[in-house]
Amino acid sequence: MSVPAELHYTQEHEWVAIDGGTATIGITDYATQQLGDVVYVSLPEVGAAVTAGEPCGEVESTKSVSDLYSPVDGEVVEVNEELDDDPGLINAEPYGLGWMFRVRVADGQATGAALLSPTEYDALTKSAG
Amino acid sequence: MTSTTRDTPLRAVHERLGATMTEFAGWRMPLRYGSETAEHNAVRTNAALFDLSHMGEIAVTGPGAGAALDYAVCGWPSRLAVGRARYTMICAPDGGILDDLIIYRQAETRFLVVANAANASVVLGELQSRCSGGPGGSGGRSPRETVVTDESEVTGLVSIQGPNALGFLATVTDLPLAGMPYYAGAYGTVAGRDAWIARTGYTGEDGFELFCAPADCVPVWEALSATAPGGLPAAGLAARDTLRLEAGMPLYGNELGPDVTPYEAGLGRVVRLDKPGDFVGRQALAARAAEGPRRTLIGLIGKSRRVPRHGYAVLSDAGDRVGVVTSGAPSPTLGVPIAMAYVSGDTTGPFGIDVRGKTEPAEVTGLPFYDRRK
Repeated sequence: MSVPAELHYTQEHEWVAIDGGTATIGITDYATQQLGDVVYVSLPEVGAAVTAGEPCGEVESTKSVSDLYSPVDGEVVEVNEELDDDPGLINAEPYGLGWMFRVRVADGQATGAALLSPTEYDALTKSAG
Repeated sequence: MTSTTRDTPLRAVHERLGATMTEFAGWRMPLRYGSETAEHNAVRTNAALFDLSHMGEIAVTGPGAGAALDYAVCGWPSRLAVGRARYTMICAPDGGILDDLIIYRQAETRFLVVANAANASVVLGELQSRCSGGPGGSGGRSPRETVVTDESEVTGLVSIQGPNALGFLATVTDLPLAGMPYYAGAYGTVAGRDAWIARTGYTGEDGFELFCAPADCVPVWEALSATAPGGLPAAGLAARDTLRLEAGMPLYGNELGPDVTPYEAGLGRVVRLDKPGDFVGRQALAARAAEGPRRTLIGLIGKSRRVPRHGYAVLSDAGDRVGVVTSGAPSPTLGVPIAMAYVSGDTTGPFGIDVRGKTEPAEVTGLPFYDRRK
């Protein structure tokens, strides 16, 4: 199972790539393995305000549906529209073409200090079995 | 009920294939091997292998076995010809469904009853008591002794399902398959191992179920797998669930349960009120047959992409709760969400489904959602 070292993570199995003031968000390899094939993802709208730890969308797979949480406070600046036609990208490339949305983060959150490190996240998934 | 999780004889095969395992009815079973959608599609377009060794197998034998089963279940097993199978149900005295079953007549005096894993011990107990107390049972007096034997421990079950199943299986069995009707079975060999080879399944496709000794499961699986270049795909419980849902087949615990009669499930045809003699549940079921339906099992197609799931409320046009979703999933074959639901009386809709607080429109459709003959 892949946990790229350059990313930050959340308890809700999302990854966050921080580049300047913008965070790109998706779900982890572990999450996709738990969910199975993703068939539909509902994403926040561009311009929407999102709050860390609050639901901002949902991920439907064959067997279940899960809330998508924003890992950061900020404003949605872009969503991955490719996923509408091809949600399978999330399973195929969770850290690449399967990215979900981008947020211009509020001041003070651009370091990812409140998020899990790769080591912490790896430990979380292993303790979850 | 045991507290430990049991493994099937194919556990090592599943591990080698990298399966995601899940606990199901006390068994450690493969949920999926890779993409469950690909596994589903393999069954619809080609063929795939399933490990169904968790199912319960109960033999009912003796000269009075047919008559004993006629008393124990809703169907009419004594009328089955040797080598034929029937889908039936075992009900409580109040008409509630204890399990749905496949019964094979393997010989004049031998029937094989296949029960769901979760209900296997209940079915075994009921058959033991009903087959000794009914008309064909020994009852302490009758000379026509009927013996009920739990064969689950000595029976493994490998299934090959899909339009190409016959072609693959034919290369590794001595049994001529082409003339075998659907819902029939015969003794033969697969990869040189003895098996009861039945043309049955739970996928809505043609296919075969191979009952064999646990020790023969791996060689049977490996031989079948090797019939296709690169190996036949394996399919797990996730694909099995979407396949049976598309085929409109009920699942015990979802569409069927002790508070449901066969009539509500749209399966009144399995209740043979026309058979002679008493059977467990006859009085209650006859009364139910005479009255209108208290609730009806319907098929729904979601008109949005949000998927109805088990337990979600079905709403009338006015927003009143009129039913509940029993099974729902994104249909890989149709590409839309599908669901089965109970609605009160004979409510006809239009319906909405409360999908996590927001009402999504749904269209009523006849079952099954998918029919291979169309």
